[in-house]
Amino acid sequence: MKRRSILAAGVAALALATTGAYADGHAKTKVGFIYVGPIGDGGWTYEHDKGRLAVEEAYGDKVETVYQESVPEGADAERAITQMALQGADIIFTTSFGYMDPTNAVAAKFPDVKFEHATGYKRETPNVSTYSARFYEGRAIQGHIAGKMTKTNKIGYIASFPIPEVIRGINSAYIHAKKVNPDVEFNIIWAYTWFDPAKEADAATALIEQGADVILQHTDSTAPQAAAQKAEGVITFGQASDMGEYAPLPRVSSIIDDWAPYYIARVGAVMDGTWESTDTWDGIGAGMVAIGKISDAVPADVKAEALAMKDALADGSYHAFTGPINKQDGSVWLAEGETAQDFGDDGLAGMSFYVEGLTAEIPN
Amino acid sequence: MDLTSINPILLVASLMVAATPIILAAIGELVVEKSGVLNLGVEGMMITGAICGFAIAVESGSPMLGFVAAAAGGAVLSLLFGVLTQYFLSNQVATGLGLTLFGLGLSSLMGQGYIGIRPPATGKLEIPLLSDIPVLGPILFNHDIVVYFALALVVATWAVLKFTRAGLVLRAVGENHDAAHALGYKVVKVRLMAITFGGACAGLGGAYLSLVRVPQWTEGMTAGAGWIALAIVVFGAWRPFRVLLGAYLFGGVTVLQLNLQAAGVAIPVEYLSMSPYLITIAVLVIMSSGKAKAALNAPACLGKLFHASS
Repeated sequence: MKRRSILAAGVAALALATTGAYADGHAKTKVGFIYVGPIGDGGWTYEHDKGRLAVEEAYGDKVETVYQESVPEGADAERAITQMALQGADIIFTTSFGYMDPTNAVAAKFPDVKFEHATGYKRETPNVSTYSARFYEGRAIQGHIAGKMTKTNKIGYIASFPIPEVIRGINSAYIHAKKVNPDVEFNIIWAYTWFDPAKEADAATALIEQGADVILQHTDSTAPQAAAQKAEGVITFGQASDMGEYAPLPRVSSIIDDWAPYYIARVGAVMDGTWESTDTWDGIGAGMVAIGKISDAVPADVKAEALAMKDALADGSYHAFTGPINKQDGSVWLAEGETAQDFGDDGLAGMSFYVEGLTAEIPN
Repeated sequence: MDLTSINPILLVASLMVAATPIILAAIGELVVEKSGVLNLGVEGMMITGAICGFAIAVESGSPMLGFVAAAAGGAVLSLLFGVLTQYFLSNQVATGLGLTLFGLGLSSLMGQGYIGIRPPATGKLEIPLLSDIPVLGPILFNHDIVVYFALALVVATWAVLKFTRAGLVLRAVGENHDAAHALGYKVVKVRLMAITFGGACAGLGGAYLSLVRVPQWTEGMTAGAGWIALAIVVFGAWRPFRVLLGAYLFGGVTVLQLNLQAAGVAIPVEYLSMSPYLITIAVLVIMSSGKAKAALNAPACLGKLFHASS
């Protein structure tokens, strides 16, 4: 037998012996993650990375994970995702809205690699899935607590980009704050970034100086929490992660994204070959959105109401967008008792309007 | 839209805070340029100072020690520039740009373990009685110590440059290094000292961002403040008090645009975000249009290489 055929036989035997081996012979499932911020941001990316570690823990040496931090959204992301696919990743999670088009573009070039895009809606090839969480359910609870606790009736909101996910959050928080406090006003600053502590801190300071005593943020760093701590008598909510190091004040509660179960299930599906293109959008009920411990700074009755709302949202008996709700221009969006649809015209997935009562305009 | 919700007193107070890192970096660069050296590495020195100060403050628990370390870090980096340009006669523009890129990379390497950590708080220096004065109290007498230090540094720089022998020597070196050399002044030594001073000031400015204003460490957190400081030196026509004015103007527009947005002014956000930079450019153009007035005041040997043999 020639030396070359001995080698070939050996490789064939090895491939047979290792179950679940891939076409090119590698045995471990390689899982890639593209992050928009650093894993130490204490918010959004930190939680995604916790999901990555959970995958490692669940499958031990059957998986290998790789990640890249602080990948800018847009064209540069395409390069980073392509690089990861070329390195032999079997499944790649791209964890920010701005990676939507780059993810689909790269997916078209690598039909054997599975792609999972967070918070987007485009699935152009059968190897792309999308997943997101119903953060707006958490926003409803935030809005309730904020409306009850504000003394100045001014709530500051640090928004990132004018995309449906962020607008849903503003609407949900506003509706529920207004419900318990008709005098409440929302001041919104668009930071045009997911992660820029200096800018987020300045925005929080500007809002506080204008009399806001509640700061809601849809950006990823803990800088607004630090700014609120400097000014006394201001409350905040942890965003994407618990941000518990700022409890009990200024952080009185939080919205926590728990990606671990989803990541484990999807990587498992790749391993046993059952992976399919899906669209997942889970909320409090499925455990993808968790509400961080409500601190003692919140009055007991408000805390009880908030927890009751959380339970109602979880078991589906209450929908965060339940009519009557008008759009900002006064036209009817949801009739009495009607709940919002996920998709279609005026659906939640593509929400691009404010509800009645908000005074600002959405930048375009 | 509700402009009454903007409190002018708080606006001025936060303008002073927003301008402080730029004042520190700009006054340092002013001294460097007065000695005839153009150091474009301000951004790199600032961000290196930001991480040096942050790391030491976190490890030691003392923000003051952090500021000292930041000044030291900025100074060490600037000495690299000094040695390259003064002894090896490398091109100042290229070396300065290289220093900025090097500083950005070095700082993110050094900062690996410090992302998401909270630094110890820098205390406010509340002056009793004075801080209770209406209007003036919150504006002038209710800041942290670095804000006062930056103001004192501007006054001190002005006084030293104008009234002392050391200031005269520094200016002589910047205006005509051959003549200064002929008179027996050590041109390279004077310039190295000025460069070190500039580095230390830029480092302090960076640490003010990471320890007081944000306070957190993130890669690239200076976000162009060093370049603004460079522009403001030209804007201020190499005069300390004009530099102070320029920094306040820039800080003011930065703070004002966020306040206008929060107050719901119906100007597209993008215009507000670019306004600080636009206004800086506009003023630069106006300043330098008056028959090359600004150019006249520029140190004559700015950016020129010096070798004792020439």
